[in-house]
Amino acid sequence: MNPFSSGTRLRDMIRAIRACKTAAEERAVVRKECAAIRSSINENDHDYRHRNIAKLMFIHMLGYPTHFGQMECLKLIASAEFPEKRIGYLGLMLLLDERQEVLMLVTNSLKQDLNHANQYIVGLALCALGNICSAEMARDLAPEVERLLQFRDPNTRKKAALCAIRIIKKVPDLAENFINPAAALLKEKHHGVLITGVQLCTDLCKVSAEALEYCRKCTGGLVRTLKDVANSPYAPEYDIAGITDPFLHIRLLRLLRVLGQGDADVSDLMNDILAQVATKTETNKNAGNAILYECVETIMSIEDNGGLRVLAINILGRFLSNRDNNIRYVALNMLMKAITVDTQAVQRHRATIVECVKDSDASIRKRALELVYLLVNESNVKPLTKELIEYLERSDQEFKGDLTAKICSIIAKFSPEKIWYIDQMLKVLSEAGNFVKDEVWHALIVVISNASDLHGYTVRALYRAFQTSAEQETLVRVAVWCIGEYGDLLVKNVGVLDIEDPITVTESDAVDVVEVAIKHHTSDLTTKAMSLIALLKLSSRFPSSSERIQDIIIQNRGSLVLELQQRSIEFNSVIEKHHNIRSALVERMPVLDEATFIGRRAGSTPATVSTSNGPSLNLPNGVTKPPAAPLVDLLDLSSDDAPAPSSSGADFLQDLLGVDLSPASKQPGISGTNQAPRTGTDVLLDLLSIETPPASPITDILSSSQVYKSPHASLEGLSSPSALSTRAATPAGAAPMMDLLDGFVPNSPISEDNGPVYPSIVAFESSSLRIMFNFSKARGNPQTTSIQATFTNLSPNVYTDFIFQAAVPKFLQLHLDPASSNTLPAGGNGSITQNLRVINSQHGKKSLVMRMRIAYKSNDEDILEEGQVSNFPRGL
Amino acid sequence: MGIRFILMVNKQGQTRLAQYYEYLTLEERRALEGEIVRKCLARNEQQCSFVEHRNYKIVYRRYASLFFLVGVDNDENELAILEFIHLLVETMDRHFGNVCELDIMFHLEKAHFMLEEMVMNGCIVETSKSNILSPIQLMDRA
Repeated sequence: MNPFSSGTRLRDMIRAIRACKTAAEERAVVRKECAAIRSSINENDHDYRHRNIAKLMFIHMLGYPTHFGQMECLKLIASAEFPEKRIGYLGLMLLLDERQEVLMLVTNSLKQDLNHANQYIVGLALCALGNICSAEMARDLAPEVERLLQFRDPNTRKKAALCAIRIIKKVPDLAENFINPAAALLKEKHHGVLITGVQLCTDLCKVSAEALEYCRKCTGGLVRTLKDVANSPYAPEYDIAGITDPFLHIRLLRLLRVLGQGDADVSDLMNDILAQVATKTETNKNAGNAILYECVETIMSIEDNGGLRVLAINILGRFLSNRDNNIRYVALNMLMKAITVDTQAVQRHRATIVECVKDSDASIRKRALELVYLLVNESNVKPLTKELIEYLERSDQEFKGDLTAKICSIIAKFSPEKIWYIDQMLKVLSEAGNFVKDEVWHALIVVISNASDLHGYTVRALYRAFQTSAEQETLVRVAVWCIGEYGDLLVKNVGVLDIEDPITVTESDAVDVVEVAIKHHTSDLTTKAMSLIALLKLSSRFPSSSERIQDIIIQNRGSLVLELQQRSIEFNSVIEKHHNIRSALVERMPVLDEATFIGRRAGSTPATVSTSNGPSLNLPNGVTKPPAAPLVDLLDLSSDDAPAPSSSGADFLQDLLGVDLSPASKQPGISGTNQAPRTGTDVLLDLLSIETPPASPITDILSSSQVYKSPHASLEGLSSPSALSTRAATPAGAAPMMDLLDGFVPNSPISEDNGPVYPSIVAFESSSLRIMFNFSKARGNPQTTSIQATFTNLSPNVYTDFIFQAAVPKFLQLHLDPASSNTLPAGGNGSITQNLRVINSQHGKKSLVMRMRIAYKSNDEDILEEGQVSNFPRGL
Repeated sequence: MGIRFILMVNKQGQTRLAQYYEYLTLEERRALEGEIVRKCLARNEQQCSFVEHRNYKIVYRRYASLFFLVGVDNDENELAILEFIHLLVETMDRHFGNVCELDIMFHLEKAHFMLEEMVMNGCIVETSKSNILSPIQLMDRA
């Protein structure tokens, strides 16, 4: 008889699968079984249906596709016999999930079963619904579930409650229907129903605020229930390790937590019971500890009550010194939340926590490290860092990355003085340099360059460190950079501090270091590139070793990497032919401004090479492009070093245009650099679409003192490359700028110092009167406009009692100064002027409008004229 | 919410029972099981029973040759889950009498039924052994 026919019992199949020795064999067996099952399905074989499903479940658990069995499940569910239904539902829950469309077909069967007389069947249906229903099914069957929440049988009620939880999650709108029945469940005696009722309420409160309010009223009842459970005598049914139903305890505590959060009155009601639970629960069993844990969490989350909090932290302290790892883990977790509440108390346990960082258990280590990170402040940073760095040496690889990152951020945030910072960072680099991220060692270099009195100390320390830990890439990079910069300090033993041991380093030793860095097989591109530039610097600082350095550089001339090849060729030619500029090239770098660096790093702007300063290495975007920048300055433009604001302006420019203005990297060879600035400004030209003579493109367009004073930020950005150029402020250049600025025509009456000018308008004109407005804006105050109104009489009569009134919409404020006079001579022979001030709170978004009323007497008649001015220039 | 999945795995890494309370595709499940099982099996006795994996925690305990793993949300009470695992084992013990791995393998449906009575949709429903076992005993008798 074929052992794989559908007659096989489940256990035989399992035995067959277990007997397979290889994965291929197992696959073969499974495939045969699946084929048998499929043919049996096709034949619509009733007898073996449940066996088939059982087999399918097993196969599914092993991880093979089993979707052909889904319809079988449906047929089983529809049958009348209980065992078949049971297997059918089980299969349904295992083999299907809510995303399958087949599920919709089940809805009808489910509905019938929910109304069945047999409570077990109802229970089955509820179970299935609770586990995998989708949103539509939830909507359809919600009324049934609601009805079942009040069924006589407690088992059904509890299942209905859990079903309701899922329905609420899927369709939060239906939550209101369930509030009342759910609250009724809280008064149950049966533990099963009570647990599920409590859970239902917890979820309801999370979903709907109305439910939260309603449940808060039941807090008194809940507290009583918890008290009963806590004080109840021995109940064999629910007893676990001497405590009656700890699960119920925990769920009740959790619900109390949700109810008490944010509400002081409700929290008060709970205080007694929480205190009782916290003090009376036995701690020598896991169940007791579980309850205590939940209790502590609840105390921490509800409104402040000093006594309870102290109690809670004491419990945590006890947990922390427990030998059981689980308990310690849990305690560490809680302490992280406790820190926000009471930092002092947690600080007391600092020593224990640091011990936990060194624990052999990975989970505990991780938690302890995070906790330590939260605990660090200025007073304890030194001992803590010391301990952490000691541990760094002994920790294992996966943990090192995390640990290093945390140590570095602690050092960066809390370091009291620079020398300590540098020391600790050097230690970290020697131990775990390969795990250190780029920003970190960039920051270190910035700090080093800022601590000018420590340069000698630093470079000597790095030299020493290099001898011992040359395999840490980051350390090598920092060492090479420092030796390049401060090599002369190293050799001449400048600036020795008292705490240092004396050390003599010759020039060739220093060059050795860099040579090793280049030649080492594990050095990557960045390191080699940095070594090359360091060599260039050294060749200028140590002229006697120039030959040797040149040899080393030449070796990279044929390198396949473009960056190295280019650098070695350039540097070689600098050393050979351009002695005169070499020393100027590689002078000591100006101090990188720490504040800007941190600000820039925080804002993470893209390319940020400050072109007008000297060769700048190691700014946040890493690899350097040194020689071109100084060459740009030297060869092309004879500007002095620009002051800081314009260099930061250069960055704005780059952000604006996305153009890397330290160009030469794109063009091999030194001669190419001439064109680079021009390409930069060609882009500028396009942007502004301004015709300017090509001869000196840089100077004309952008430099304009007027532009500097403009309030618009974009103009500041555009004006900055004038840093590269000379300062010729040409009014001709100003004019096209002005065209760009909202179409203003520069107008004479306004002095140039007052920023952009606005045309004057005829505000009102009738046969008898003309009013002209002249505008000016004060510098730096774009919202306020000063208007000078000039009234001219166009009639042959004299106007007396001339009064001008104006009204403006709400977003404007208007101030009228007294007029020069209130008699207007006839025929335009004289005029009255009056000054107005308008403040536009919506400057830039809405322009000015104004309504006017002019009253005057002419020929003993009172005349009133009204008008609206809406032709104000834009941008006022 | 609460419990995400329950797995029973033997020491060679073969899954004996798997119940998921959230949707994962077949490949995801296998990958997940492989990763977690490797982590848990690599730990020794002294280490604590909680492992953090991606965005949830795994609480596990070893009984003879079988590992019981429960994946829970981050805010769940781990000690309570440990208790739950013990309760599960005791329930199965009462039903099968000295339960062992083979019992679970050959009576997979019964194990599932028991688990279903205890946990629904990720929440613990029933904690009384007699209540859990009564429907199952009824079915056996029928």
